[in-house]
Amino acid sequence: MNAVIKGASYILAHVPGMVIHNGSTQITERIVNPESEYLKQLPEHLRSYTQAVEYWPNQVYIGNKTPGELAEVEFPYYDKPLAGADRYGKFGEIMPEEEFLLLMQCADVFDVLLLEKGFVAAHKDALAADPIITEDIVARIKEGADQADIERFVNEEHAEGLYAGGKLVGCVKRAHDIDVNLNAEVMHENLVNKASNTLALLYAVRNAGIEKDDVEYVIDCSEEACGDMNQRGGGNFAKAAAEIAGLSHATGSDTRGFCAGPSHAVVEAAALVKAGAYKTVAVTGGGCTAKLGMNGKDHVKKGLPALEDCLGGFCVILSANDGVSPEVNLDILGRHTVGTGSAPQNVIGSLVADPLERNGLKITDIDKYSPEMQNPDITKPAGAGDVPQANYKMIAALAVKRGELEKKDLATFASKHGLVGFAPTQGHIPSGVPYIGFAREDIMAGRIKNAMIIGKGSLFLGRMTNLFDGVSFVIQANTAGDSEEGGVSESKVRSMIADAMKEFAAVLMAKE
Amino acid sequence: MDLENQRRVKEFAEKYGPENVVVVLGASEGEAAGLAAETVTAGDPTFAGPLTGVQLGLTVYHVCEPEIKEEFDPDVYEDQISMMEMVLDVDDIVNEMSAIRDEYCKYL
Repeated sequence: MNAVIKGASYILAHVPGMVIHNGSTQITERIVNPESEYLKQLPEHLRSYTQAVEYWPNQVYIGNKTPGELAEVEFPYYDKPLAGADRYGKFGEIMPEEEFLLLMQCADVFDVLLLEKGFVAAHKDALAADPIITEDIVARIKEGADQADIERFVNEEHAEGLYAGGKLVGCVKRAHDIDVNLNAEVMHENLVNKASNTLALLYAVRNAGIEKDDVEYVIDCSEEACGDMNQRGGGNFAKAAAEIAGLSHATGSDTRGFCAGPSHAVVEAAALVKAGAYKTVAVTGGGCTAKLGMNGKDHVKKGLPALEDCLGGFCVILSANDGVSPEVNLDILGRHTVGTGSAPQNVIGSLVADPLERNGLKITDIDKYSPEMQNPDITKPAGAGDVPQANYKMIAALAVKRGELEKKDLATFASKHGLVGFAPTQGHIPSGVPYIGFAREDIMAGRIKNAMIIGKGSLFLGRMTNLFDGVSFVIQANTAGDSEEGGVSESKVRSMIADAMKEFAAVLMAKE
Repeated sequence: MDLENQRRVKEFAEKYGPENVVVVLGASEGEAAGLAAETVTAGDPTFAGPLTGVQLGLTVYHVCEPEIKEEFDPDVYEDQISMMEMVLDVDDIVNEMSAIRDEYCKYL
């Protein structure tokens, strides 16, 4: 039987300090134009924590509002705060930078991350008060270091500074003197990923209504790499984060595929569960520091807040069919193959039209499509347009070309079969998966019968191939009760075993 | 335009001569197409890449502009581009591209 979506989590961490110090756009600018106006102006464009919490797309991401409600909000969103919005949502939360730095300290098991003593004392209780943060995690908080030591590591030993409220409050030290794969910048990036992954895992277990010990396998699908000079991408963020989250019965591994990673990982997880290898698998992705403030130059130039100020994370729990939850239909898999080609027409054809056609379905048979769900508030001012809308236009145009949609219905396809973008531009995070939590609810409530999740990845960024990549799958209402076709009931198994025993007995009798 | 692509465009212009290079873009928005076109003609407007302050003045078109479309085998165009042509605001792209070409192209 198909694996089911047991639950999902979506978390954000508001980290304005990291926007300035760790975003690749800002790092590049400091190298190329250290005196630039942009670097001087950026701090004035950073949002406060309250502003980030009251930001509509963030509230949709953590589940307090729906994509449908966001569609009713007049665009742009940044100047329409949702007053009094809550830090916590049904899918996750928006964690402030101070608490996230403490969570990073908890995630660090090699003592490379130092936080100043006074800072730890001032914010320890706040992290402990977060209902998802369990006592075993709080117990990992260390007392902290002296400010003088932190300054020495930053000024003399290439440590990466940690900032809160514009002040240096800690650092991540390099983990090796020579190996660039363990330098302070990489260690910082990886600890951020691990901490946000951990938070996503904790919420997913809660949301799925399972115990931590139920999780048998974790697949991380982020875009970071951990390892040393002899195995640069050695990996297993999955197991590292599972340890901090307390999933002691789980093992795991990492899957990579740029932004298509999450969709590949969900398909792999669904297959592992369906095959019976593991009963419960968590697919998890943590946040990416490099992409913070990625489009900051355009936002600042246009007088907008620097909207890419949050790390994102997500986790989806897949488990053996419970007869209730929506299932991943592994018969309908879209795949961009080596021979597909990179023209958008071929890409959308391979991911959307082909798998449906193989199963006798039309493009209009899918109720909701979730392609790249980037928040247009972020991408439009940067000249990248409205990414989800562009995807819906392409899917609709393909449907028209195939004679499955009237040309007059092109314009309404997106509102009927699509969603507005609400996810932070954290690469793999917006890629298809942000809707899975809502899709589960919408299917179980009978609002839709199915949804297609589409992940796409730009492999050429790694300079190993010019190929594009993508994978898609369909989530549908649970079919376990529909018929015994495909599955075999317990009584049938019993009768089959009984028949086999009788035959075996007959053979033995004959021999005697 | 990303820094690596800027470097490659610059290298091609040096290797084959700027008058012999035509840059064909596939951007999905007029503004993005215009920015890329500006980069390979007047220089990188973001002052970040190898084309910062380098006025190559290359001939540059978007793949959906009529001048490029007529160069294609119609079957190939139908197979590879027609769906995007239906989706894109081609008029907006043509306007952006024409404005950049009129101002900065040296080889038309």
